[in-house]
Amino acid sequence: MLDRTPIIDIRGVNKFYDGFQALTDVSLSVFSGQRVVICGPSGSGKSTLIRCINRLEEHSSGQLIVDGTELNDETRNIRAIRQEVGMVFQQFNLFPHLTVLENLTIGPMRVRRASRRDAEATARKYLERVHIPEQADKYPSQLSGGQQQRVAIARSLCMETRVMLFDEPTSALDPEMIGEVLEVMVELADSGMTMIVVTHEMGFARRVADLMVFMEAGRIVETAPPEKFFTNPESERCRVFLEQILSH
Amino acid sequence: MQRKRRRLHWLDFVIVGVLAAFVSFVWFRIEGTLNYRWNWGIIPNYILRYDAEDGRWVANLLLQGLITTVRVSIYAGILALILGTVLGIARCATNLTVRMLARTYLEVLRNIPPVVVIFIFYFFLSEQLVAAFNIEGWARAIARQENSGVWEFFFGDMRRFPSMISGVIVLALFESAFVGEIVRSGIQSIERGQSEAARSLGMTWVDEMRFIILPQALKRVVPPLANQFISLVKDSSIISLISVQELTYKTVELVASTRAIFEAWITTAGLYFVLCFSLSMLFRRLERDASR
Repeated sequence: MLDRTPIIDIRGVNKFYDGFQALTDVSLSVFSGQRVVICGPSGSGKSTLIRCINRLEEHSSGQLIVDGTELNDETRNIRAIRQEVGMVFQQFNLFPHLTVLENLTIGPMRVRRASRRDAEATARKYLERVHIPEQADKYPSQLSGGQQQRVAIARSLCMETRVMLFDEPTSALDPEMIGEVLEVMVELADSGMTMIVVTHEMGFARRVADLMVFMEAGRIVETAPPEKFFTNPESERCRVFLEQILSH
Repeated sequence: MQRKRRRLHWLDFVIVGVLAAFVSFVWFRIEGTLNYRWNWGIIPNYILRYDAEDGRWVANLLLQGLITTVRVSIYAGILALILGTVLGIARCATNLTVRMLARTYLEVLRNIPPVVVIFIFYFFLSEQLVAAFNIEGWARAIARQENSGVWEFFFGDMRRFPSMISGVIVLALFESAFVGEIVRSGIQSIERGQSEAARSLGMTWVDEMRFIILPQALKRVVPPLANQFISLVKDSSIISLISVQELTYKTVELVASTRAIFEAWITTAGLYFVLCFSLSMLFRRLERDASR
């Protein structure tokens, strides 16, 4: 892995919200095909970090390079990067005025200039992949939370991006629906997709992660492979966090 | 909310009594001191008139005016919706200049009386537009044509077209400020996640607005827009001041020729009320059906 260039390269990134520092000197490299799980207490900057990667938040200083393109104020760069980086949100953020199929086709049709036929074929393929092909013509509000989140994952997949970001994808779900979403994500990981996942689901992390990242107060405190991370973390803070989260 | 009482209370009788006393007082003053001669008989003729030469019923002053009011309102409404949507988007723009211009337009219109706004727009803007595009000559040419029927259906007497179009522009500019505020509130009521999802797909700002934000925002503000349209119908009476021959203008004309002040204005009030109240009932019904 050493001689390859990372697909996402974060170098000394800082982020300030008027006066408050949300990220402090964060550096992280993610390689193609790698699955990175970021965890940490709430308010530790996990979401802010991955939202910086597709520029939903602007970093204040430092360098952020995605697939060889540096993120700056150039709108063209930002759009180019967003086309390579998909995102799944905590609140799904499906478009409520469009059907499931339209939710999936609007990106490829407007952004990639795909024809309706091609876009629909792709959409049906990925709906199959998230196990809800029969819901294509419904509206998001007619689906359960778990189904909505799977549609959101399919929407991102339809863009055929090289990287997918997951911002606490199961936190807004009822407990009985978490399983179905995680199952889809595990399958996705097994297919070789590059993923950066912010989550508290440690079972999932243990199962798919190549790299565990622990954040606290805007800093990356620990970066380790999962075997080491879960059995013998270096920092005291990380140990305490894992105890709290795994004890129930 | 407290439950509404359905039975009358003694206080209700007092209220009704006081009102009745006031109305009779006004009535008595008119009858006794003004020595006003009521002549309701002439009014129906000014709505519909039997044309003996053609042998058919034709619209007279009041109905002509009402039709013009309806036409002007519809066109101004459409134009105001377009301008207002642009204004509403501008109010939410990231560009500071655009946002400030939109804000200035709004504040200026909000803080100047409508009559003054109408005159300023009329002399400084719509007059110039009508002159610049030679609308006058164009309309005359159509009026002289044999088959001007379609034009007349949409715009009435084509010789009055320039004045009417000025009225439409002026009214639309005036109402667009309020439509803009409604559209802005709609855009801002859409959850941030929608815009984030659109952007994370790589959509341009234009596509995001066109396919994601505006469809949802406009749908949400249909009820306030409907109310604003009713306001527009009422506000259209102001353009009688710039000689657009709508209902109010025609009523002034009628009063001047017949001196039936009370009858004419009461009839006009009734016509406006019926028009606006029917619209209000219609919108309420549509809203109820849509929410089902």
